[in-house]
Amino acid sequence: MVQPILQIENLHKKFKDVEVLKGVDLSLETGDVVSIIGSSGSGKTTLLRCVNMLEEFHQGRILIDGEEIGYSGPRHKARKESEIARQRAMTGMVFQQFNLFPHMTALRNVTLGLTKVKKMPAEEANAIAGKWLARVGMSDRCDHHPGQLSGGQQQRVAIARAVAMNPKVMLFDEVTSALDPELVNEVLNVIKDLANEGMTMLLVTHEMKFAFEVSDRVVFMNQGRIEEEGPPEELFRKPKSQRLAEFLKSSKF
Amino acid sequence: MVEPGTFLYELWVSRWAILDGFGTTVLVSMLAIVLGTILGTLVGLVLVYGGWVSRFLVRIYVDFVRGTPVFVLVLASFYLLSQIGIQLTAFQAGLFALVVFCSTHVGENLRGALQSLPRGQTEAAKAIGLTFPQIFVYVLAPQALRQALPAWINTATEMVKASTLLSVIGVAELLLVSRQIISRNFMSLEFYFFAGLIYFLIDYAIERAGKAVERRVALPS
Amino acid sequence: MGYTLNFGAVWRDFDLLLSGLGLGLGLAIVSIFAGCWIGLVAAFAMNSKHVLWRRVASCYVTAIRNTPLLVLILFSFFVLPRLGIRLGKVESFTVTLSIYAGAYLTEVFRGALLALPRGLREAGLAIGLTEWQAKIWITIPIMLRNAFPALGNNFISLFKDTSLAAAIAVPELTFYARQINVNTFRVIETWLVASLMYVAACYLIAAGLRFFERRLAISR
Repeated sequence: MVQPILQIENLHKKFKDVEVLKGVDLSLETGDVVSIIGSSGSGKTTLLRCVNMLEEFHQGRILIDGEEIGYSGPRHKARKESEIARQRAMTGMVFQQFNLFPHMTALRNVTLGLTKVKKMPAEEANAIAGKWLARVGMSDRCDHHPGQLSGGQQQRVAIARAVAMNPKVMLFDEVTSALDPELVNEVLNVIKDLANEGMTMLLVTHEMKFAFEVSDRVVFMNQGRIEEEGPPEELFRKPKSQRLAEFLKSSKF
Repeated sequence: MVEPGTFLYELWVSRWAILDGFGTTVLVSMLAIVLGTILGTLVGLVLVYGGWVSRFLVRIYVDFVRGTPVFVLVLASFYLLSQIGIQLTAFQAGLFALVVFCSTHVGENLRGALQSLPRGQTEAAKAIGLTFPQIFVYVLAPQALRQALPAWINTATEMVKASTLLSVIGVAELLLVSRQIISRNFMSLEFYFFAGLIYFLIDYAIERAGKAVERRVALPS
Repeated sequence: MGYTLNFGAVWRDFDLLLSGLGLGLGLAIVSIFAGCWIGLVAAFAMNSKHVLWRRVASCYVTAIRNTPLLVLILFSFFVLPRLGIRLGKVESFTVTLSIYAGAYLTEVFRGALLALPRGLREAGLAIGLTEWQAKIWITIPIMLRNAFPALGNNFISLFKDTSLAAAIAVPELTFYARQINVNTFRVIETWLVASLMYVAACYLIAAGLRFFERRLAISR
């Protein structure tokens, strides 16, 4: 059996008294592209943030390439901060609000992690960053600041920033939700390209058509649990649960 | 030649005293700004990142100092420090009060700037694997300093103005020197006006220079 | 060392300190009212079509804001009588503080005016108000509400600035504190009590202002 690159086991997460994740299991093998869909409040973004340790969780394990992240041992002991920082770099995260560093050029946004986390010499970092910026079609904007770029351009730089770190898994958190409609496709196309090249991805998205086209598997989350999981053809064409059927109807797929 | 009894003559006669006073004003203001900024940076960092005990104590310090007029701080530090066994010259006592005053303004300013940064900045920096010190140095501080700059420049001009209060405890800065000259020649209009003009020029210069720096570090958009 | 705290001397003169605090508050209140009028006029002058008005107003603001308050206080107290303007020390101080406040409030009002949506004035004109009526019934009331928090902060700093009146022997809190200090040598007690009184007063004013701010806020 192949070892999964990302494995989530029985994940529980509470905000104060409200349990937002009630035991989630999910696993991805190398090259898998998995989309998580579901209404707001279903816990899909929280799940993604747990994988990148931007949220703490109270029970369960997350393993990346066999290594337990964030916590260790059966007593769920939190790891040291430096340890967590190193583990975070194993995943790449792209945010809804881009979160580019406004005081740095596009190039510097991408090289920051390479020089400071991976301790690369500046030349090597610049070469890698340049390559990735070219891949997302931003070569001619390398020395622009985020304030000079459109939302779609900023998000493409943010993708380059994340993939340049050569993560084992890429996480995309509703990356087109903050964009004007006419800018959505340029970002989705970049993601599709990366998916076709075999990058492992976990996406939270509202773009049903995109999820249908790009995913190997789709996961429908509802009230903190995975309600249904399967290949997109089955999930979208023949939903088993009543809730998924209603959800698909309301989202006009 | 300038006749005795005219303003220019009196000015010429007192030129060295005035220069001394000017020097003292500049020195005390600069020291207050530099030391106050160093102390204030610590204050701001504790207010944002400190544990709750240190945060609570520093919060009391800041609110107490900001609720007290600078003039009271200057007088209290002049009379009070010697009473508890700290022998300071008037210059040092006055400087101490200004540094304390400046530190609370810089501290609050820095706290506001750091807390106004969107949470996504920290999250994005974490996501690429930076540790907290790296996040602070490369991501948060450069943005917070830009935000804090206009208010910091304003604080700097406030410190120059507040340095006049040291004249009351006998520090021979520009205002006290002017008052001494006036008590000799009774040219109050001319010399108060002259002193006011010098202060105006110092503050105006700081403001202009500050604006120029602001423009230089402004992010392109 | 061997200093033991003894608040007796300070308590004996506590009514003096209280009266000083009251005078300081009174001076600040008068000055902020006068300053508001000056500030309103100067703010409209700054937005005026005529270059001359704009020049005069901006010279006033720049000059006052960049000059130390103590210099202004001494100037009006010692120089104005020589020019034939005879004022008592309290009056002289009040005039100075009002002019000083006016410069800062000009900036406050100017900012608040700029922040108003253009549509408001135009909507007023559209229903047949004259320019002046639109100013009085629409622009100014909304602007004052928006400027209220900044006005409150200015009031608190003005109140603290009244301590400078001690420099020309106006009997407010700092003046009495210094007097008690010199007479009794209860240095620590005196200054501790005086600054606590300032801190408490500022705190109460701030709390009161927040209360009014909530009541003034236009619900959306």
